[in-house]
Amino acid sequence: MIALALPAQNSGDFNPPGINELHLPAILPWGAAEGFSKQMLLVLLSVVFISVFFLLAARKQQLVPGRLQFAGEAAYGFVRNGIAKDIIGGRDFMKYVPLLFSLFFFILVNNIYGAIPVFQLPTFSHVGGAYVLAGLVYVTWIAIGVKKNGLRYFKLATVPSGVPWYILPIVIPIEIISNFAVRPVTHSLRLFATMLAGHLIVMIAGSGIEYLIMQENFLLKGTSVLVLVGAIAMYMLEALIMVLQAYVFTLLTAIYIEGALHADSH
Amino acid sequence: MHQLIISAAAEGDVNPLVPNGWEMLVVFVGFAILFFIVVKFVVPMFEKTFAERAEAIEGGIAKAEKAQAEASAALEEYKQQLTDARTEANRIREEARAEGAQILADLKEKAAAESARITAQAHAQIESERQAAVVSLRSEVGTLATTLAGRIVGESLDDDARAARVVDRFLADLESQNAGAAK
Repeated sequence: MIALALPAQNSGDFNPPGINELHLPAILPWGAAEGFSKQMLLVLLSVVFISVFFLLAARKQQLVPGRLQFAGEAAYGFVRNGIAKDIIGGRDFMKYVPLLFSLFFFILVNNIYGAIPVFQLPTFSHVGGAYVLAGLVYVTWIAIGVKKNGLRYFKLATVPSGVPWYILPIVIPIEIISNFAVRPVTHSLRLFATMLAGHLIVMIAGSGIEYLIMQENFLLKGTSVLVLVGAIAMYMLEALIMVLQAYVFTLLTAIYIEGALHADSH
Repeated sequence: MHQLIISAAAEGDVNPLVPNGWEMLVVFVGFAILFFIVVKFVVPMFEKTFAERAEAIEGGIAKAEKAQAEASAALEEYKQQLTDARTEANRIREEARAEGAQILADLKEKAAAESARITAQAHAQIESERQAAVVSLRSEVGTLATTLAGRIVGESLDDDARAARVVDRFLADLESQNAGAAK
């Protein structure tokens, strides 16, 4: 593994933070290399935040909603109508709304952590969580496909109709690889990589500003302002990507489920 | 800058693609809890509100449509009643006019009849009085004339039968003279 790192003895040079900095010491036991980490705390906190917000918003169930209820309904309606209904459609979509809703807000809150001071760590900059969610989705859509079409589903998913027979030997392996091997990997790594990269960029910009301000040379010191402007722009971009990746992950989940449900018509 | 890039494997650097098992477990458990809460509470509550709202709106629309229909029915009824009332009023006016004309005609007729009756009665009375006057005049004039003539002639004209004949003849002459003069 190649990584950006520098031996500590060159203390005068710029020492950018690397991937190691994303793995903070554990909270319990304090400072240990292994144990209950900040990541884990953030995950559990996100469950509390989401549950409390939506339970409070849905609690009163007024026909004419208040401000909180309206916000909750708008958020719920976004996933329900904007993702589940639009992609899956038909009468079946209600069954998958809870999964898509949970995924979207779980990922959204865990991503947004990266843009909020104190939290300042997107949970999915560690690959474990992304593997878990993508794995859950993988199992879910295959199960849906098999339940709907029986074992014939694997044929439907790998043998495209309307393709000349002599191309099938090429197409079938490609379909198998792209649908069953690559799909969960890209699904998880897309989320993980964007969060990791975004967090690294903001961290490097932060340490770069610190390094430049420490310089003796006044002009060199002044260039930190440029880095600051760039860092703010990157921060905004990161915030956008955090929301976007939560949406993309949920959208892809909906598309996979839809593909499994209507495998015979594809 | 190439000195920045060094192999980190020797320093025990983290491989970002290798997950931490405990973290995976925490994410799994956390997501499972969230999923449970969402399935059990959040989605049913929102769906219930949505359903109730849809029902309320649809019910409201139905109610409004019903009210609209009722209102137009009432309007129709009022218009009908108004037309009826106008027709009725016209009819009554026509009737009253006809009745008035009838009454007037009756009164005129009655008045004419009354006046004719009064006239006829007056004529009859005048006639009878004239007859009475003629009769009394005839007898009185006869008596007077007889008495007068008797006084002048000196002869008794007491013979009633003769005297009456003379008087009658005289009067008949007189009447025929009158009749001739009237011609």
